[in-house]
Amino acid sequence: MKIDKNTTLKIAKLCRLRIEEQETEELSSQLSSILDWVEKLNEVDTDNVEPLSNVSTAKLPLRKDEENSEDKSKDILTNAPEKLENYFVVPKVVE
Amino acid sequence: MEFSSITETLKTIRSKKISVEELSKIFIKRIKDNKNLNAFIYFNEENIIEKSREIDKLNNNLFLKGIPLAIKDLFCTKNMPTTAGSKILSNFHPTYESFVTQKLLNQGSVFVGKANCDEFAMGSSTTTSFFGNTINPASPQGKQLVPGGSSGGSAAAVAAKLCLGATGTDTGGSIRQPASFCGVVGMKPTYGLCSRWGIVAFASSLDQAGIFANSIEDASILMKEIAGYDSNDSTSAKTIIPDYYKNLNRDVRGKIIGVPKEYTLPGISDEINTVWEDAIKLFEKGGAKIKKISLPHTKYALPTYYIIAPAEASSNLARYDGVKYGFRSNEKNSLDEMYELTRSEGFGKEVKRRILIGTYVLSAGYYDAYYLKAQKVRKLIADDFTIAFKDCDFILTPTTPSQAFQIGEKEEDPIKMYLNDIFTVPASLAGIPGISVPFGKSKEQLPLGIQLLSKHFDEQTILNAGFYLEKNNE
Amino acid sequence: MNNLIKGTKFEWETIIGLEIHAQVKSNSKLFSSSSTKFGSKPNSQVSLFDAAMPGMLPVINEFCIKQAIKTGIGLKAKINHYSVFDRKNYFYADLPQGYQISQYKHPIVGEGVVTIDFSNGESKDIRIVRLHLEQDAGKSLHDQNPAKTYVDLNRSGVALMEIVSEPDLRSAEEAALYITKLRSILMYLDVCDGNMQEGSLRADVNISVRKPGENYGTRCEIKNLNSIKFIKQAIEFEAKRQIGILEEEGEIEQNTLLFDSLIGKTRPMRNKEEAHDYRYFPDPDLLPLEIEDNLIQSLVKEIPELPDERKKRYINDFHLSNYDSSVLTSEKQTSDYFDKVLEVHNDLKGSAKLVANWITSELFAILKKHSLDILQSPISPEHLGSLIKLISSDKISGKIAKEVFEEMFQSKESPEKIVKEKDLIQVTDTKEIEVIIEKILNDNQDKVKDFKEGKTKLLGFFVGQAMKESKGKANPKKLNQILLNKLK
Repeated sequence: MKIDKNTTLKIAKLCRLRIEEQETEELSSQLSSILDWVEKLNEVDTDNVEPLSNVSTAKLPLRKDEENSEDKSKDILTNAPEKLENYFVVPKVVE
Repeated sequence: MEFSSITETLKTIRSKKISVEELSKIFIKRIKDNKNLNAFIYFNEENIIEKSREIDKLNNNLFLKGIPLAIKDLFCTKNMPTTAGSKILSNFHPTYESFVTQKLLNQGSVFVGKANCDEFAMGSSTTTSFFGNTINPASPQGKQLVPGGSSGGSAAAVAAKLCLGATGTDTGGSIRQPASFCGVVGMKPTYGLCSRWGIVAFASSLDQAGIFANSIEDASILMKEIAGYDSNDSTSAKTIIPDYYKNLNRDVRGKIIGVPKEYTLPGISDEINTVWEDAIKLFEKGGAKIKKISLPHTKYALPTYYIIAPAEASSNLARYDGVKYGFRSNEKNSLDEMYELTRSEGFGKEVKRRILIGTYVLSAGYYDAYYLKAQKVRKLIADDFTIAFKDCDFILTPTTPSQAFQIGEKEEDPIKMYLNDIFTVPASLAGIPGISVPFGKSKEQLPLGIQLLSKHFDEQTILNAGFYLEKNNE
Repeated sequence: MNNLIKGTKFEWETIIGLEIHAQVKSNSKLFSSSSTKFGSKPNSQVSLFDAAMPGMLPVINEFCIKQAIKTGIGLKAKINHYSVFDRKNYFYADLPQGYQISQYKHPIVGEGVVTIDFSNGESKDIRIVRLHLEQDAGKSLHDQNPAKTYVDLNRSGVALMEIVSEPDLRSAEEAALYITKLRSILMYLDVCDGNMQEGSLRADVNISVRKPGENYGTRCEIKNLNSIKFIKQAIEFEAKRQIGILEEEGEIEQNTLLFDSLIGKTRPMRNKEEAHDYRYFPDPDLLPLEIEDNLIQSLVKEIPELPDERKKRYINDFHLSNYDSSVLTSEKQTSDYFDKVLEVHNDLKGSAKLVANWITSELFAILKKHSLDILQSPISPEHLGSLIKLISSDKISGKIAKEVFEEMFQSKESPEKIVKEKDLIQVTDTKEIEVIIEKILNDNQDKVKDFKEGKTKLLGFFVGQAMKESKGKANPKKLNQILLNKLK
């Protein structure tokens, strides 16, 4: 699968990575190789196979609806790069 | 060397022949003398001594009282920063302790530092860390060899006796492969045996906490202490943890050992196959029977892994956005720009590559062809093992396709690096336990390892087999 | 019912589908045990998981699952025995994980139906496509600072039920009826508090227009409407906007819109150059949800009487009209009140219509005047019933009753007590009334003469005077009767 520059940039946008102009070619080439390599899976017949999303055979554990009303805002905000009066602060979003 | 095993050291501590503080000072000196290895991202002498003094006052019955351990910098620790080997978390101080490390603290162990690792556990060489490369202590004069990865710092620290044990994480081989390269025991338990709560997530359906030690006995003790159900981890297994150490048994008579034909690969150097054959012969000498088995989908394991792991990682790493914690880029004209610059400056090349691959294979139009396909092949790989274990008690393979390579080698082509995991990845996909036991030496006298795999929740079998192998590795 | 809109050139049909987000009423969040209370100090109800700290993992709230199943039962929907939680990946300031845990291919509830009732007695079934559970996002405050946005994660992780309808709605009125009915069902089930101002219930509207008989047109999505009034306004504006474009032979651009309630117009959300690619995949931190039949059966038993059944009961047992029954049952608290009146006062069952009227006209009016809802009514159901019985038994007149009613509202006292204290008992005793009438007629002999000579309008005067004399307590019917007799 050939990944061209535009696709690389599109994917980068989706995952919020900025790829510099000089990096795009090498990166696109590496991504193409990796994707070519993983396409080996097309050799496998998986017509009647169920996907395995969990190796665990357990049931989904359920939690009781008990609220923990402890105010942890100090811990929650302590590593914040920017905060003000108990809020996280980020550059303005224009809606 | 004195103080090179947990079992011996515990005896000495309990008999009060040495205090925890004195013991810690010995290891502190060793760490300082070996700074060149760069095994640690975080090391704080005063904290260690202070903690050791506290532990000296504690109950003698604690299973790990005074035992110095290195903690892979992927485990969130309250009193030490947690960086995941990345710039984006270089200033992160968790306000919480991971479930596994809390268990170790509860038993009185001393954390001597946070061990270096590949960034976000993505790598097989510990050369992608923001904090520099770790050097394999087995490196001969004038050469700098990789310790393997991603848990290279942990493996190196144990191998160089800078601590008596270490935690690591293994997603595709990140404990077993460095254990083999550095010549120590490294174990990845069954998926779900250990809690993932508080461990920086890479690929959630594959990540498992595990341990490094210098002997099977030590490994058994550590494994028992970190295993156990955690209600805060919905993938945690409700299972009784055996006393692996007490149950250790070297008797392999009558055991059936599966040797998978698909692990014989062209292009793998002879020394690897020789070591593999030596191990087989050794088991036969002990009364075990060898059975040739087939794991037909083995060659698809790496591509399967390199679809699933990056996909899950691309989602798990979305939270590193400069909003709640960690590094934030100085340029920030808008939210999206802040995201892009923070993540581009904060993540290294390999991490970015994997995020891009992961995003691509999940994206509209490609999900079925890549991710869904990989999940199906994963089922076939897991079934291979289930079928194989009907005919054998455990499986024996080499751990790595080569001895430790030089730092800088294999950097040009990502796929070359990925091939390091060729023997370890299948077990990760199936969720079965695996251990690497140091065995034999390469032509250049570098450590090599033998991998033992057993069925789900049967850690005891491979610990026992490793116990036998270790005794006879002369 | 003709819902067509007349454009300048053609007639147009509006096609509407609603996606409702209802916050699940529960003590703690969907995947963490933080509190779900509204209005707390910012970031005070946020756990390590809600803030997406490294290494944190979800554990699902059993009660939220039950609430979703009950909702499915209330929507007459299929409960799926197997469902999966998927990650919906996108970046936004109020989404700390960079993904929302939701359900994509395998939701917990499948197809169902909601019946809406028109005031002319007709009904229409609106089909439900599905209901799934997902996390709510936090809140971003954009207007506190010109260059910055403030983020509060209190709401992040609260359980939401997303209820998706088929595009079966054909007008703003139908949409309003649908959301009113759905909200009512949710509140009857006690699975959501229905508080739209606080954001407990929000709607995204999907709307397109077409000429009758043609295929569906391109639709636009209007996001995050939190009042029925705005939903109606937004639909009406957007339908006109789309019709305007199509009549000029233009094309509708598929867009996500916001409704600006200040100016009453829709506008596109900020740059949507890339359509969202959410890259859904099953969340590897969670296992699939398997629901057993016996759980569903046990929850069926917990379902209270729902609006449609209750309405049928009112029509069948109390012979109330369709309209009255609809009004009474539209809010659970109103019909609970009505039921309570009849529960305490069994003997009023025959006068159910009277009770209904008192509630929907007098009680509603006085509550509205004081901005109260029926749960806060100072007049209890028991007291209202007593008041009605005093009227039916002729103990007080209708006019006096209204006074007593006002006094009951102010003082919360029982009508009996008020009537006694104020001496308002109706005078029905013939002799007593005769005495009063005698007095009035005696005092106004000239007028009596005038009346007998033909000025029959003076009857009103006598009645008025007699009433005044009796301090309003004379039973009007008896008074009239006796007066007429005396004037013969």
